[in-house]
Amino acid sequence: MLIVGTFVGGIAGYLGSVMVLKRMALVGDALGHIALPGMGLALLLGLDVSLGAFAFLLASVFLIWLLELKTSLPAEALVGVVFVASLALGFLLVPEPELLHSLIGNISNVGFFGAIVSVSLAVIVFAVIRSVRNDLILSGISPDIARAQGVNIKTQNLIYLISIAAITAVGIKITGTLLVGALVVIPAAASKNISRNLKEYLFLSVLFGIFSSILPVGTMIVLVSVVIFVFSLVFKNFRKAV
Amino acid sequence: MKNSIVMSDKTILDVKNLSVDFDGEKIIDNLNFEVNEGETLIILGPNGAGKTVLLKTLLNLLPYHGAVKWANGVKIGYVPQGLPLFALRELPLSVEEFFAFKKVGKSEAVIAMASVGIYDSAILKKRIGLLSSGQFQRILVGWGLIGNSDVLLFDEPTSGIDIGGEETIYNLLDKLKKERNLTVFLVTHDLNIVYREATKVLCLNKQKLCYGLPKEVLTSENLARLFGENVGFYEHHHE
Repeated sequence: MLIVGTFVGGIAGYLGSVMVLKRMALVGDALGHIALPGMGLALLLGLDVSLGAFAFLLASVFLIWLLELKTSLPAEALVGVVFVASLALGFLLVPEPELLHSLIGNISNVGFFGAIVSVSLAVIVFAVIRSVRNDLILSGISPDIARAQGVNIKTQNLIYLISIAAITAVGIKITGTLLVGALVVIPAAASKNISRNLKEYLFLSVLFGIFSSILPVGTMIVLVSVVIFVFSLVFKNFRKAV
Repeated sequence: MKNSIVMSDKTILDVKNLSVDFDGEKIIDNLNFEVNEGETLIILGPNGAGKTVLLKTLLNLLPYHGAVKWANGVKIGYVPQGLPLFALRELPLSVEEFFAFKKVGKSEAVIAMASVGIYDSAILKKRIGLLSSGQFQRILVGWGLIGNSDVLLFDEPTSGIDIGGEETIYNLLDKLKKERNLTVFLVTHDLNIVYREATKVLCLNKQKLCYGLPKEVLTSENLARLFGENVGFYEHHHE
């Protein structure tokens, strides 16, 4: 279980680092909620919850991406709409006894097979994001420069959203749908407070992600990462003062 | 001269019947012009005239009607309108890493920085957000020039820079033009810059209002059509 936490937490931190720079911090949070109806369906059908979540996330991500292309509305607004719709649907679908676990998660629920799937997915996502990371960050700084450089922003955004969906799908077992956003966002936000360059930033995001995910309970994981964040904030202000 | 230029008489860009519209609104209407190698074309016009849109169209970033024909093998560098440095303040990104986005290593970054007058390589380790706006603008120009660009598209290069910084940016541009036979496209609404930098000027307010040598085409009448009646006051009186 420790290994799953390490991998998923670390990669979530890595993904989150790009997300924070692209100012999409709440997208991870929203995607966590979007996963809920997928989990509900999986539970009803006796399937693995991550599988249901992933299928649902993938469909939603694609829908959001497509709407963004067709309507030129900001992704944020679209995610917002799909998010509340999913949450409402999720509460209807998830059987009540499982509802609490779905919401706040439990890493000790992850079986051996689930562990292997989670770790492999995390490794794949890491490799994918690593290859498109610079272009993603550049398009966050200036879409025009990125496109003038030949970056295909639409495709990269889709790859990025699918990666978030994959990590969210495995992350929900650890922290549950309510808190999975924290897994992605907080390590990166903490790391951003104290990093002077990209290398430090990415490294610390992963490190903080790993460090907070070694505990067995979702709520604890989030609280630990919040504590790291508070420390990073203090350190940042201390450095400014000196 | 470069072998790769195959168009007649060193024409580097030929624009024919160019129109751009967003949601049915015409932003650029039936534009025709031509730019030769080594020229500095200034695109002059009031706010909302379609200047930035024109640059983006030349970069093939926007859908358009008509023809935009660059000479074969031309490499284009682009420096967009004042990137919001304040938004980059907190970005954990060093200058060296910013150059790495263009897939170049440290040595090329050092050369690019030297070409824009920054010789202190310690700046490579500095966080982008800690640069002054003048330094940042220079870095952006250097970044745009990487890969031996023949053409530099420059959108309001001095917006958000103080007067001292403005002076250095134009001095830098003069130097680069001499050194590299660079063709420059410069967007501005500042008339003084036109007299100083342009070999050709294109007055744009959705349509082409005037086009040619600055001294010949920037008549009070044309300027009034471009900016409105009161602009005669700002006109540059030559000799």
